Amino acid sequence: MVPLFYLFALLAVIAALSVVLQRTPVYSALSLIVVLCALAVIYLLLGAEFMAAIQVIVYAGAIMVLFVLVIMLLNAGREKPSERSRLAHWLGVPLVAIFLIEVLAVVWRQFPPGSPSYAAPLDAGPAAIGTLLFRNYVLPFEVTSILILVAVMGAVVLAKKQL
Amino acid sequence: MVPLSHILTLSVILFTLGAAGFVLRRNIITIFMCIELMLNAVNLAFIGFSRHLGNLDGQIFVFFVIVVAASEAAVGLAIIIALYRNRDSLNIDDLDSMKL
Amino acid sequence: MATFSDTTFFLIATVVKVVVVLVVLLTVVAYAVWLERKVVARIQSRWGPYRVGPHGLLQPVADGLKIFLKEDIVPHDVDRFVYWLAPFLAFTLAFFSIAVIPFGESITIGGREIFFQITDLPIGLLFIFAVTSLGVYGIVLAGWASNSKYPLFGGLRSSAQMISYELSLGLGVVGVLMICGTLSLRGIVEAQRGVWNIFLQPVGFLVYFMSAIAETNRLPFDLPEGETELVGGFHTEYSSLKFAMFFMAEYANIVTVSCLATLLFFGGWLGPVFGPPVLRAVLPLFWFALKVLIFLFVYIWIRGTLPRFRYDQLMAFGWKFLLPVALLNILATSFIIAWWSS
Repeated sequence: MVPLFYLFALLAVIAALSVVLQRTPVYSALSLIVVLCALAVIYLLLGAEFMAAIQVIVYAGAIMVLFVLVIMLLNAGREKPSERSRLAHWLGVPLVAIFLIEVLAVVWRQFPPGSPSYAAPLDAGPAAIGTLLFRNYVLPFEVTSILILVAVMGAVVLAKKQL
Repeated sequence: MVPLSHILTLSVILFTLGAAGFVLRRNIITIFMCIELMLNAVNLAFIGFSRHLGNLDGQIFVFFVIVVAASEAAVGLAIIIALYRNRDSLNIDDLDSMKL
Repeated sequence: MATFSDTTFFLIATVVKVVVVLVVLLTVVAYAVWLERKVVARIQSRWGPYRVGPHGLLQPVADGLKIFLKEDIVPHDVDRFVYWLAPFLAFTLAFFSIAVIPFGESITIGGREIFFQITDLPIGLLFIFAVTSLGVYGIVLAGWASNSKYPLFGGLRSSAQMISYELSLGLGVVGVLMICGTLSLRGIVEAQRGVWNIFLQPVGFLVYFMSAIAETNRLPFDLPEGETELVGGFHTEYSSLKFAMFFMAEYANIVTVSCLATLLFFGGWLGPVFGPPVLRAVLPLFWFALKVLIFLFVYIWIRGTLPRFRYDQLMAFGWKFLLPVALLNILATSFIIAWWSS
């Protein structure tokens, strides 16, 4: 089981690199879908079965479809390299590396790589999540439903040809 | 059992890649996708913690993050469509002034 | 048999199950095409395939051979990677859902019980919805990669239709989930031993069935690939093997949706069972196959009878009629369950 985590972690990182480095937006979108599915498998390995299914159904199956449809609608072609600052161009990658090492240092100070970890198996099935969602978290749940309603109305108005 | 530090390392790597793409790319839709990558890295951290602390609240958080990401994607893409109609370009270098 | 360890036995059983299920599914898909041509022909007062083998029964073999040997025409300006990826994606995703569908009870070989199901996930139904959600990509990517007007329109329309009807598909099933209390497909069938869900959830069934026809892009919802509207829709620029993969994917989706309908609403493999143990193991399979075949026939019957919806009528139907009806069904079901259990 555990080696599968490293396999899908590697897949997720390679696909994430592809998202960031591809020049064509459609290929970036496809790579992002691969990242999402790899993460869904990792959630499954970590025992969050319902979240894995939700990740694929909602994130990879609906949100990314929206992205792909918009990319095709707007006919987004290959990206031209920026003519702006040369300094930023050369400093970009080293700064990213420094940022990465910084954040990793902070995380590793708190959770050293070699430390063992114990945890009892968790029941993360739909029934458990549903109980929690509709008892303790019912207010945020209702608020997000209003949020989605507002988002839908906003999207329809913003994308109309004539108001 | 996967150690928590490994899960967090993966989460940090994905987040950094997302942040790098967000800052370095020019196409506005790709920038938006890097935002989604960052959100997913955070989701992974939440689920890792939920597993290791034996608490289901982390997964409820992920649920709400996914819902908010969905509404954000819908509105953001609608804004991008409206922008494209007015400026006829998806390059953020061309979208740097409020005046048309 | 007792000398095999549990893991070896499990592995061998799983491999055998996967091979058998895939072979059976491919044959059913091939002969579903034959069934469709025959039934539609009879509805239109003509014979259908008649010459190749008795009553045209070898027609699928002839068609398969023809498709393999046909010239593969690839237009010049297509995006090669996505052009190749789209049919492959559609084809593999169409065959994933069969992994969680239970066909019958179980059979005991050598003291160990083998279930007639490749795997029984506790979230089996969500797995099928996840695979259906990903199936949209095959179509939309095919439309885009073809680099041509009609496929692009067909692909965009088809994907918009599929994601709209996914909502009512899922919501139509929620009533069943409330009654059966589990997402595992075997559990849903087991909960129908008393009374089949079709009698408890008739509205849910109608919503599910209509959404399923729209999901699989079949008449009367097949505007995105109607010949008179958009040439071939998203698969216009495909030929030979890749086109065959789209075709097989469509029929595999139809079979999957029919299997789901029998499992969720018509009691799956439940039916009169009698006789010696071998017969007891095989009869549920027979009942399941019979029910799925009846559904396939109803699909083809509808295709041969009804005219096509216009695209705006199609979308209005999904969003303004089916979705509210599904939501009202959930509301009514939850009220009835709450009142009944008090």
